[in-house]
Amino acid sequence: MAERPGRSDRRTRTIRIDGLARVEGHGSVYVRVEGGRVVEAQLRLFEPPRLFEALLRGRDFSEAPDITARICGICPVAYQMSACRAMEDACGVSVDEPVRELRRLLYCGEWIESHALHIYLLHAPDFLGYEDGIAMARQHPDAVRRGLDLKKLGNEIVTLLGGREIHPVNVRVGGFFHLPAPDALAALGERVLRARDAALDTVRWVAAFEVPDAELDCELVALRHPDRYPMYEGRPASTAGLDIEPSEFEAHVTEDQADYTHALQARIAERGAYLTGPLARYALNAERLSPVALEAAREARLGPECRNPHRSIVVRAVEVVHACEEALRILASYEPPARPAVSVEPREAMGYGCTEAPRGLLYHRYDLGKDGAIRAARIIPPTSQNQRVIEEDLRATVQRSLALPRAELEHACERVVRSYDPCISCATHFLRLEIDEP
Amino acid sequence: MHESRPRDAIVVGLGSPDRRDDAAGLEAVRLLAPLVPPDVRVAALPGRETELLDLWTGAPLAVVIDAVLSGAAPGTVHRLDGFIDALPGSPPHPSSHDLGLPDIVELGRALGRLPARLLILGIEAGTVAHGPGLSPPVRIGVERAVRIALAEVATARSPSPA
Repeated sequence: MAERPGRSDRRTRTIRIDGLARVEGHGSVYVRVEGGRVVEAQLRLFEPPRLFEALLRGRDFSEAPDITARICGICPVAYQMSACRAMEDACGVSVDEPVRELRRLLYCGEWIESHALHIYLLHAPDFLGYEDGIAMARQHPDAVRRGLDLKKLGNEIVTLLGGREIHPVNVRVGGFFHLPAPDALAALGERVLRARDAALDTVRWVAAFEVPDAELDCELVALRHPDRYPMYEGRPASTAGLDIEPSEFEAHVTEDQADYTHALQARIAERGAYLTGPLARYALNAERLSPVALEAAREARLGPECRNPHRSIVVRAVEVVHACEEALRILASYEPPARPAVSVEPREAMGYGCTEAPRGLLYHRYDLGKDGAIRAARIIPPTSQNQRVIEEDLRATVQRSLALPRAELEHACERVVRSYDPCISCATHFLRLEIDEP
Repeated sequence: MHESRPRDAIVVGLGSPDRRDDAAGLEAVRLLAPLVPPDVRVAALPGRETELLDLWTGAPLAVVIDAVLSGAAPGTVHRLDGFIDALPGSPPHPSSHDLGLPDIVELGRALGRLPARLLILGIEAGTVAHGPGLSPPVRIGVERAVRIALAEVATARSPSPA
């Protein structure tokens, strides 16, 4: 961070955090203050562009789940699920309900794993005053053990259903390649029950954290489903009245490029910046949480809506309870499907898929040729959608904290970014090439 | 998951199978697995380093084999005591993607999840470009690391002199 003094009312001050710690991937923050007013706040995501959408062109429709899973090592299941849903939409196929149940179970594993990691190792140190999760573990070993045990259980669910925990290999368009052994699923139940209790302890633990005051007034966007808390299915909806089919998403959401970041920035065309992720899911779907998760939310005094991004840690903890409950429900009623997958014949069509990654809504769109080759692909990950809100929050935080010493102001900015759990690796998949010709 | 038998020695390979010589640790445990007595556990953990905390807790000896980049000749095998020597490669800005072996050792220390003795065999990589297959000098380094790990495991299993 550099400070350039001048006359007191016209002073230019630049806050620059060059390496954000405890986030997924590499990014930086740049804030410029002139005459006591924040004039610029940028979240710069400089992880190299990923170019996955171009990579998908010409590939067979069946390859999309495995190719897009490589976008992220933390949420590969989300990519596989959105890709499968989009391809099945394009090909006019409906997956058998027992197979859908197994996909939901797989997704529960990813939510548990990803949220436990963020809560315990990335976010909690901010509230308890530690530099990182390792320093926190020295003083709070029982809590960190609980977090690692939860993460491990999530990993095990993903491994059982997906074949391995990072970039699973058992997911295919139409279903799975292989069904899990019934006795392996049965053996999971007791451990998920213990994990549910650990998740409830997690809610109590994080609900007691002292949280900075903040209130977002932006539009919140998440999937909404008539019966389920959204994960694998639902319609894109918002607190400002959006309620659309996945196929209408791009008619309402536009993306622009800023010259300081490798990620596109999304906005609702009619209204501007919006937030997706746990706060949005909860605001739009709290009543669809499992009864135990809903009670945990009540005990944590979350209210019908939570708009403080620093309290997202509590919503994530409630969502871990819900994911455990959902896993228990699926395991208790499990009947092996008649077949692991339905057969899928490609056709010339567009397909759209939206699911809820741990960090928020993940949109896929594919244009298929009649031979099943992908002609065009569009992927809008949650972090691209949240960038503008993060920047607005940075701007507001710095504006009201200008009197703080430099190090504290810098720390406040880092806390803002971490509270959104950005996945920079997911977001940076775009590069605009400009050739300047005489 | 691996059954927990903390009284056994354990050998773990780390690395990425898709980044050339970064797969050295994984290849080492593949070669070593059929050569160790049945009570010695062998595991490959590509990208799952936090699982070390479960696997090695309470073991009399854990041998961790991983690729390293220190500037030495490719295939060189570095032998480090995990509790005494400074471990290379701790990232300046740790994230969940980057929780490296030094962080795992520190986390294990904080949580009381460590083996009694930790030996790290670092195989110097020549290239970590995308793609499969070890470079020839690293393949020789892998064989050397396997021999060292087998000798260490045999020593750990020998009854202590009265």
